[in-house]
Amino acid sequence: MKYYRSHVLIGISDAALQAGVKEFETALRNELAKKNLQDEINILETGPLGFFGKGICLTVYPENIQYTDVKIEDIAELVESHFLKGRPVKRLLFEEALKGQVNFNYANRIVLKNSGIIDPENIEEYIGAGGYEALEKALLKMQPNDVIAEVKKSGLRGRGGAGFPTGLKWSFTAPIDADQKYIVINADEGEPGTFKDRLIMEGDPHILLEGIALAAYAVGATKAIIYIRGEYKLCIERLRKAIAQAVEYGILGDKIFGTEFSLAIDIKVGAGAYVCGEETALIESLEGNRGNPRWKPPFPGVKGVWQKPTVVNNVETIANVPFIIRNGADAFLQHGPAKSSGTKVYTLMGDIARPGLCEVDMGTSLRTIINEFGGGMKKGIKFKAALVGGAAGVFLPDRMLDVNMDFESLKEYAAVLGSGAVLVMNENTDIVDMLWSVLRFFRHESCGKCSPCKLGTALLYDLISKIKKGEGTMADLDQMVMVAEMMQQTSFCALGQSPIMPIKSALDNFRYEFEARLNK
Amino acid sequence: MYEKIFAKYEPTKDNLIYILHDIQDEHPQHYLSEDAVQRVSEYLNVPVNHIYGVITFYTMYSTKPRGNNIIRLCESPPCYLKGSDNIYKKLKTVLGVKAGETTADGLFTLEFCACLGVCGNAPVMMINDDVYGNLTEESVVTIIEKIRGGK
Ligand SMILES: Cc1cc2nc3c(=O)[nH]c(=O)nc-3n(C[C@H](O)[C@H](O)[C@H](O)COP(=O)(O)O)c2cc1C
Ligand code: FES
Repeated sequence: MKYYRSHVLIGISDAALQAGVKEFETALRNELAKKNLQDEINILETGPLGFFGKGICLTVYPENIQYTDVKIEDIAELVESHFLKGRPVKRLLFEEALKGQVNFNYANRIVLKNSGIIDPENIEEYIGAGGYEALEKALLKMQPNDVIAEVKKSGLRGRGGAGFPTGLKWSFTAPIDADQKYIVINADEGEPGTFKDRLIMEGDPHILLEGIALAAYAVGATKAIIYIRGEYKLCIERLRKAIAQAVEYGILGDKIFGTEFSLAIDIKVGAGAYVCGEETALIESLEGNRGNPRWKPPFPGVKGVWQKPTVVNNVETIANVPFIIRNGADAFLQHGPAKSSGTKVYTLMGDIARPGLCEVDMGTSLRTIINEFGGGMKKGIKFKAALVGGAAGVFLPDRMLDVNMDFESLKEYAAVLGSGAVLVMNENTDIVDMLWSVLRFFRHESCGKCSPCKLGTALLYDLISKIKKGEGTMADLDQMVMVAEMMQQTSFCALGQSPIMPIKSALDNFRYEFEARLNK
Repeated sequence: MYEKIFAKYEPTKDNLIYILHDIQDEHPQHYLSEDAVQRVSEYLNVPVNHIYGVITFYTMYSTKPRGNNIIRLCESPPCYLKGSDNIYKKLKTVLGVKAGETTADGLFTLEFCACLGVCGNAPVMMINDDVYGNLTEESVVTIIEKIRGGK
């Protein structure tokens, strides 16, 4: 093996591709060759690096230096100064822009521990980082029930929104005697403001595949389907490559590691409908139907795809499983409070200094997440509110920022962890406008199957539009709450049960803004 | 074209969504014609009304001819916060069409869409398979001009 002095990781994300990262890479290689450095400096493509500059971002190891927004014109200086003379180019440094306010928290990561560090298109790098050890351990030394017991003990709860205990979910499906069982991975990720699953899949596709294999072994499934939204082209491409490599290495396919366990993983692409993220609607979509949700029970764990027992789990949920099996439930329980163990990946956006993602222990306060991991507010502007959990989330004011982000603590605030989206708004943001945008989303995404949601979302949109225009009355505010409460009680699925969350939190915390807009 | 696409998929109903995707992508006007629906119905042995039910459910399908370039501007809250409505106004003037319409030269169709999962770079739009982020009123003009020039 060659010995390289430094490794340059180029983050290949959609934003980077758009900024011409491919041409950049070629130009960088040429420049290194010109200076005869091609055998000393290694260039690697990796997933998104976890921070969002505008465009091309680089990390250089072992120095651990981040560059952001690098252009082709900068290459000559970069090579000359950094790679030849060992002096990092100050003006391109990421830290410089944010005065060192950034915490990448790598040491504490579970789900994203490899993202931005390994080449996601090379299975050997995943294996080199301890990948597939958990699968080997499970298949050779553990019974399926042991795997379930370990996941149960870890306290892992679903990261797709509802927080259902994962081990418990698996334990419903495992004992069922069926000729075919399925694992379905929910990678539909439609909650506005959420892109964590995309970054997990782009940055480390094998961690998902290993988790799927563990889940399949645990419940006795031999087929798995990843249902992924059509817009995630890079994820789809990377997952396809990863599956092909794993099959080639005998890690997926027939008789894995010489055992009787076989598994085939397939990728299915969605066609653009938020409701298809709801697990039974997703199953309908997989079968080639309109994505209308099904009645529960029977739950998918008993009757899912083609009426066969099916475990549906979110991408992030499953990406935790390799860690739990490899290091044991106790190691997982070291992270977060007892009833919400582990870490959580958040996507931070809006008027925040560093939009991007972070993975922190459950129970970390929202204030810490925003200030320490998001770099605080953009320079010179003040915080007003955060919309936490996406459209089906809640508006939180400053005085609620010290809430600990875990399933139990949020319940006390009548809030939910949801998908982990944190949208930060500045002091000039119009909350009425923002709620209007949220309700427009629901109106568009209601699937139309049940009347409370179909009619309710339209009515809510009409009411908020009237208020936004300054034509609303006190009675309209009351009616909004009444309609949303009625929808919460009577809608067929959680989509129609959700609008009450943003409405109630907006009115509870920012009522004066609504009242000021009324036509008195 | 149909034969080539059908050859990739077993004639089972669960392949409907993918077959429709492929046909629509192949068509220069990115839509599903009556003829296409008829052919798919025969191949899969699925009634035409089921197929229309599916097409009208998912936002990525269209039964109307569209432009060569489909612009999908995200209107979800994070992009809205970052000024997607100003981007929409700009696009309307540059293209001379509203959302849901196609330019007279058949080059562009303007549409709204929900969150594309690229909110770190809001406001965002997609043109066919490409994502464009951190949009400004200036940058959208450049992007459109570039496509116009390169047709
Ligand atoms: C309208 C709606 C949209 C949803 N969207 C998603 C989604 O995009 N991704 C996801 O994992 N779960 C989504 N869910 C939750 C799923 O129904 C389901 O609870 C989840 O996939 C279970 O996985 P978990 O236990 O690992 O969280 C959605 C639910 C509803 C009601
Ligand atoms: S809100 Fe526009 S991409 Fe997510």
